[in-house]
Amino acid sequence: MYLILLLLAGIFVNNYVLSQFLGICPFLGVSKKVDTAAGMGMAVIFVIVLASAASWLVYNLILVPLHIEYLYNIAFILVIASLVQFVEMFLKKAAPALYQALGVFLPLITTNCAVLGVAVLNMQKGYSFIESIFNGIGGAAGFALAIVLFAGIRERIADNDTPKAFDGFPMALVTAGLMSIAFLGFSGLIKL
Amino acid sequence: MANPIKILKNGIINENPTFVQVIGMCPTLAVTSSAINGIGMGLSTTAVLIFANLFVSLLRKVIPDKVRIPCFIVVIATFVTIIEFMLKAYLPALNASLGLYIPLIVVNCIILARAEAFASKNGPIASIFDGIGMGLGFTIALGVLGLVREFIGAGTLFDMTVLPEAFPRTLLFVMAPGAFFTLACLMAALNHFRNKKKA
Repeated sequence: MYLILLLLAGIFVNNYVLSQFLGICPFLGVSKKVDTAAGMGMAVIFVIVLASAASWLVYNLILVPLHIEYLYNIAFILVIASLVQFVEMFLKKAAPALYQALGVFLPLITTNCAVLGVAVLNMQKGYSFIESIFNGIGGAAGFALAIVLFAGIRERIADNDTPKAFDGFPMALVTAGLMSIAFLGFSGLIKL
Repeated sequence: MANPIKILKNGIINENPTFVQVIGMCPTLAVTSSAINGIGMGLSTTAVLIFANLFVSLLRKVIPDKVRIPCFIVVIATFVTIIEFMLKAYLPALNASLGLYIPLIVVNCIILARAEAFASKNGPIASIFDGIGMGLGFTIALGVLGLVREFIGAGTLFDMTVLPEAFPRTLLFVMAPGAFFTLACLMAALNHFRNKKKA
């Protein structure tokens, strides 16, 4: 039950994009079409879940026994960068269809702060291995949900007249702000 | 070598990271609930940017081209860790309010972008100036955003009350949605002036 709450909290209450501002760059950058947004969302879920597991193992099995916890930041970013590279090579060989769909997004994910953010949050909150993975799934699914909804709205906006000064980014930001208000409605729903 | 003043101006105005290049959005939106937080974040990023640029520039002939991105990331992560320790030791209150976003300076695209686009191609002195210019441009943007949000949302400027007690506060502006709206309005205003200039 606790794990399910953790999952739901990640998706709705503490939505990484709309209430904690993690992963804004891909959120604004690759959200012009629903298809690409969905692809990015899937790739992020994939990488975040692997990264939460890998960073938990590195932190608790390497950094803590050696008493070098202060190197967590360097360790995590290296884990994520090499993980992304590895996933890319593995997909290319093992699942070319999936690679076709996710391939372009993978290199971008290294600098998606949601990935590093989840790893650091898991560490700061002292989650266990299973909790870390569930927190990762929840956060990543929240990201995917937000970016797909956002892309859907932006596709509609593209066909409408907006004030000239608001063209492009400002309009996208206003849209994100309105979505953020909607997600505020979930706050306080789950207390952990 | 390009003129240092020109490099500074380029970072602050012509290629302002927030308003012109629209990169490094996560900290921009996340920590600007007050002017002090915004400026603190901006200056921490500036410090990392200057040192990362300097070292990437010094090492640019040593780093093999194929593994340059991981090398840059390690350089950046090292300086972020150093800054995090300094903040913890000397400014614990600021460190507490910036929290998670200090370690996340590592993935701020501005720093990696400058390492790749400028420091890996230019000498150390020019790279330091580029770091200062870009850093100040970022700090100014965050400071302005923080000032506006703090003023509308809490009625204070730099923690001093400026609006009379009876004046209603729009709490929404210090919460998440306010960040999006404030940045949208600032960018729209800049666009408007730019369009006017052109016409």
